[in-house]
Amino acid sequence: MFRWFHRLASLKNFYRLAEIITPWLAALCAGLLAVGLYRGLFVAPTDYEQGESYRIIYVHVPSAWMSMFVYMVIAFCSGIYLVWKMKLADIVAQASAPMGAAFTFLALCTGSLWGKPMWGTWWEWDARLTSELILLFLYIGYMALRNALDSHAAGAKAAAILALVGVVNIPIIHYSVEWWNTLHQPASITKFDTPSIHISMLIPLLLMALGFTLFYVVNMLSRSRSLILEREANTSWVQSRVQENKL
Amino acid sequence: MKEFFAMGGYAFYVWMSFGLTFIVMATIAINSMLQRKRAVALVKRKAQLNKNSDVVAGK
Repeated sequence: MFRWFHRLASLKNFYRLAEIITPWLAALCAGLLAVGLYRGLFVAPTDYEQGESYRIIYVHVPSAWMSMFVYMVIAFCSGIYLVWKMKLADIVAQASAPMGAAFTFLALCTGSLWGKPMWGTWWEWDARLTSELILLFLYIGYMALRNALDSHAAGAKAAAILALVGVVNIPIIHYSVEWWNTLHQPASITKFDTPSIHISMLIPLLLMALGFTLFYVVNMLSRSRSLILEREANTSWVQSRVQENKL
Repeated sequence: MKEFFAMGGYAFYVWMSFGLTFIVMATIAINSMLQRKRAVALVKRKAQLNKNSDVVAGK
């Protein structure tokens, strides 16, 4: 009885909290993306090796980071869901999966569009590219599994296990450029001792990365709220919000 | 300005990347709004159903 009450209360509270912070996060997100785009396209200097083509970094790297970040969110939520059966964790994971897949798709496509002029090929079966492609298949498998089973709880549980198993792919993606001899360039940001990227190029990249993160958070909150409404449609707090016309 | 759009000869690759990113992110945002609309419609329909069943029950 207490468990049931607690569960309901936390979804209700999450709904309310998301409702309050979303407009602020959305405004911050729009500002970051606008300044990041401006600085990335107009202010950042031309690269001495890659010319103007390097500007693809401002959409490619944030997408690639998000593809892994969203996966980690899903894996984290899956762990919580499996251990404590926390409804909210399941909802956040469900809301996040399509966006993670979209960012992975973007990372692959923009990488391809960058690889063609720089490496002379759209695609190469090297470690970084292949492990990122596996990540896309993991997302697709996760979403398919969720919908494949008849009962929601069984689908959610099976998908959560898949998400946790698939987590091994994340360090493989990250370290692939160090473990294998790949075409893909090594990390230029995450080694802070001697970052191999100039500050005027780095700032827009960080602005874009933060903008992408907030974009994900805003949409994740919105989608979670929709899922909460659907799952809690018959509860008194949702119904009283309908009466007050405050959804 | 013309020079800016030419991107040093890499116009196709650069603008395709930015354009595709815009399309995918716009799709994400639009889908979020559609999901919200669907959820609100569902909840309102359920509220209407509950009201009707109350009337039938004579409440």
